[in-house]
Amino acid sequence: MNQLALSDEILMTVDKPARYIGNELNIIKKNLDEVDIRFVICFPDVYEIGMSHLGIQILYDMFNKRKDVYCERVYSPWPDLHKIMKEQEIPLFSLETQKPVKTADFLGITIQYEMCYTNILQILDLSQIPFYARERTGEDPIVIGGGPCVYNPEPLADFFDLFYIGEGETSYDALFDLYKKMKANGKDRSDFLFETSKIPGIYVPSLYEVDYKEDGTIASFQPIREGVPQKIQKQVVMNLSDSVYPTRPLVPFIKATQDRVVLEIQRGCIRGCRFCQAGMIYRPNREKNIDLLKTYAYEMLKNTGHEEISLSSLSSSDYTDLNELVTFLIDNFKQNGVNISLPSLRIDAFSLDVMSKVQDIRKSSLTFAPEAGSQRMRDVINKGLTEEVILDGAKLAFDGGWQKVKLYFMLGLPTETEEDMRAIAELANKIAVRYYEIPKEQRNGKCQITISTSFFVPKPFTPFQWAKMYDRDSYLARAKVVNDAVKAQLNRKSIKYNWHEADVTVLEGILARGDRKIAQALLKVYEKGGIFDAWTEFFDNSRWIEAFEECGIDMDFYTTRERSLDEIFPWDFIDAGVSKEFLAREWNNAMAAKVTPNCRMKCSACGSMRFKGGVCYEDKN
Amino acid sequence: MKIRIKFKKYGVMKFIGHLDIMRYFQKAMRRAEIDIAYSEGFSPHQIMSFAAPLGVGITSDGEYLDIEVNATKSSAESIRALNQTMVEGIEVVSYVKLDDHAKTAMSIVAAADYYVYGKSGSELPYSLDELKVKQKEFYEDKEEILITKKTKKGQKTMDLKRLIYDFSIDEREGKPVFYLKVCTGSTDNVKPELVLEAFYEFLGSMFDASLFQVHRLEVYAADENNGFRPLSEMGEEIA
Repeated sequence: MNQLALSDEILMTVDKPARYIGNELNIIKKNLDEVDIRFVICFPDVYEIGMSHLGIQILYDMFNKRKDVYCERVYSPWPDLHKIMKEQEIPLFSLETQKPVKTADFLGITIQYEMCYTNILQILDLSQIPFYARERTGEDPIVIGGGPCVYNPEPLADFFDLFYIGEGETSYDALFDLYKKMKANGKDRSDFLFETSKIPGIYVPSLYEVDYKEDGTIASFQPIREGVPQKIQKQVVMNLSDSVYPTRPLVPFIKATQDRVVLEIQRGCIRGCRFCQAGMIYRPNREKNIDLLKTYAYEMLKNTGHEEISLSSLSSSDYTDLNELVTFLIDNFKQNGVNISLPSLRIDAFSLDVMSKVQDIRKSSLTFAPEAGSQRMRDVINKGLTEEVILDGAKLAFDGGWQKVKLYFMLGLPTETEEDMRAIAELANKIAVRYYEIPKEQRNGKCQITISTSFFVPKPFTPFQWAKMYDRDSYLARAKVVNDAVKAQLNRKSIKYNWHEADVTVLEGILARGDRKIAQALLKVYEKGGIFDAWTEFFDNSRWIEAFEECGIDMDFYTTRERSLDEIFPWDFIDAGVSKEFLAREWNNAMAAKVTPNCRMKCSACGSMRFKGGVCYEDKN
Repeated sequence: MKIRIKFKKYGVMKFIGHLDIMRYFQKAMRRAEIDIAYSEGFSPHQIMSFAAPLGVGITSDGEYLDIEVNATKSSAESIRALNQTMVEGIEVVSYVKLDDHAKTAMSIVAAADYYVYGKSGSELPYSLDELKVKQKEFYEDKEEILITKKTKKGQKTMDLKRLIYDFSIDEREGKPVFYLKVCTGSTDNVKPELVLEAFYEFLGSMFDASLFQVHRLEVYAADENNGFRPLSEMGEEIA
C-alpha cells in the first residue's frame, strides 16, 4: 500500500478524507519505474462530482491499457484542504501513487463548464505549476485541456500548453508516441509543442497570434509559424461500437453523484435544438450496437456491484433499439434488485409503460423539458415538440397514476416577448387542468407541478452563437413575469416556480464566448480567493465584477452586444464539423420561427456528413 | 439462513467511515455473487447489519456483519469469492452459519478490546515503568473512576471503572502499547480514547488523540458465565 501524501493528522481534520486516499475498487496499479509516461487526469471539481464523469473513466481505462502510460487521477481539493495545502505548501498529488502532480509528464484537465475555470487555476497553483504556459519549463508537465468547453478555449488559452479538440479516443496514441520519441531524442518543450500541432485535433495556443480591430472584435487569427495548421479539426470516433469502453469502472467509497453503472448508448443527437451545444458538437449521431450494450450491462454490473444502471445519451428515445434494450435490462436485472434509471426519455405510451415497471409511481415525478412556453418560441429554438404532444403525455401520465410533474424552461431566448414568458405559466396551468379533468374519485388529491427556469447562455458552434444576452436585472424581470403569471392563475396552488440566479448566467456568457483578453481577469478572480465558483456557497459575484473592472474589460462587449453575421469569432479556427454557413442558415430560420426537420427525417447539410458515418449514412449501406 | 462475516480493516481503509463501509459491502455481495436475501417492498434492500460501528481512523482485526442468504456455498468458497473482490485494506477472515434463531451481532455486542499505541514519530513523555506504576494507581487500586461527560442536556458524571473490563500496558519496539477491553454496545459504549483521556488527566497531562493509533482486536458478546465470547465463535463453518 502506498504512503499517503497527507498525514493522518490532516486526513482526520478534513471533511471526507476518502476524497484523497485513492485505493478505490478497480483502481489501476502500476510501477512508475516500468512506465514511460505519467499522465495525471483531472476533473476540476470536488471528488464526488469528478468521479461521476464518464469521459474520465473512458480515458483512464484507455490510457492505462497502454503498458508505457500510467494514467492517474486528481480532483479539486475542497476549500478546507485547500487552505491547509497552501499554508503548509503541500504540493497537489495524484490519487494512485500519491506523488506530486508537478512531477508528471502530462496534466490533462477536462473542462466541462465555465464556472470551474477558477478551479483550473487552483489545480495549477496547488500543483506548484506556473499559471501561464509561457512561464513553464522542461521541469513542468505539459498541461492539456479537453472537454466541451474547449470548443472555445480562448479565455483559457494562456494557461494551457495544448488543447485536444473533440473526442479523446482518436489522437492520444499519436500524442504519446510523439512524446516518447522526442523525449528519447532529447528534444525540448517548444519543439514538442510545435510537432504536436500537426496531430489532428491538437491546438497549441502559443503558436497562434490574434489581432483585434479597434472595436475589440477579432481582425485576424493566424499561426505564427510555417507548418502549423490554420484550422483544427475536431476529433470524432466513427466506429463507436469498436471503441474502448470501461467495463471495470472505478467505484468510489463515498457516494458519488453518479453512484451507478452508466451505459453510453449513443453519441450525438438528431434533433438540432438551436440552443444546444452538445447537439451540434457531437454530430453526427452514432448509435452503439445493442448486443454489445447488453454485454456491457452484464459485465459492468458484475464488476462494480452497483445496484443501479442508467442509460446515457442526449436523447435516449431516439435510440433505435431502445425498446429491446430496456426490456432486456428489466428482464435480466430487475429481480436482482437492480434499479433501472432512464433519463432523457420523451413521455409517451412506451416510456410510461417502462417507467411504471422501474419506478414507484406514487413517489416519482415525470420530467418534461419543453424549454419554451409558447409554440412560437419552441419553433424558434427548434424544439420539435407541440403543445398537443406535451398535454397528451401529461394526460397519459396522470391516467397512469403519476401526480408529480417537473417542467424545464429557458428564459432570455432570442426574440422572447412577454407573451412567451407568460406562456410558461399558462402551459403549466393547462397541464394542471388535464389533471383536474380526471373525476375526483379517481384521482389522489392535488397534482404537483414544478416549473424551473434557467437563463439561456449562447454557446459557440450553435445557431444561437450570434444571439445577444441581457443584463442581470433584465433576466430577473423575466423571471418575475413568469412568477406573476403563475400566481395569477386558477391552479396556482398546484404549481411551484423556481428560477436560477442571474449573476452566474452573465459570467457564463462572458466565459463561453470570451477571447484571450479574459485570461488576466480569471487569474485576478482566483487571486481574490475565487474557487468552487460553481457552488453557490462559495460563489462571490463581486470578485468577478472587480476583476473585470481592474483589467479594463467591458462585460457588455461579451454579453449584450449585437454580433454581425460576418464577425470573426474567437473559436472560428476550430472546424467542429457543422459549418458556419449551416449555423447562419439556422440562425435565420430561428428568426423566422421556421422549424428544421431532424437528421432522420431530412438531412440539412450541416457539414457532418464528411465524417462518413452515423445517422448521415443510416439508410445508405 | 443467517451468516456472520468477520473482516479486517487496515491501512488507508481506516479513513472510510462506517456508512461507506456498509455501502462497500452491499456492492461487494453482488460482485462476489453471494445469494443474499432482500427485504420486501418496492425498493428492496439487502438484509445486512453491522455489529459495532468503527470510528474513522481506527483499524481493526475484528469487524462483523450479519447477513441473511437464500443459499450459500461453503465457508471457504465464500471467503475466497469475497476476497477476490476486496480492495487492499479489507480482508474477510471468517464466514459462518448462525442458528436460525440467533440474535444479530448488533443486538448482542457487549465488549470490544483495543490496542492504542503512539504513531511513528510520536514520543511519550513517560517511561514504561512510570506508566505501569501510574496505571495501577489509576485503575487497579481504585473502586471507581469518575469522569464528567458532556451530553446534549449538559454534563453527566459517570463511573468508568465498571465499564473497563481490562486495562494493561505492554511494550512493543520499545514503546508502550495500551491494551483495553471496554464495554461496547448501544447502552454503555466506551471508546478507548475516553479511558486514555481520563488516564492522562490523572497523570496531569493531555491525551492528544492525533498522536495515537487505535486498533480494535475483537468484538465480544456476553456468555453465560459472566465472561465474553468472540462473535465469530457463535457460528458453524459451512462445509
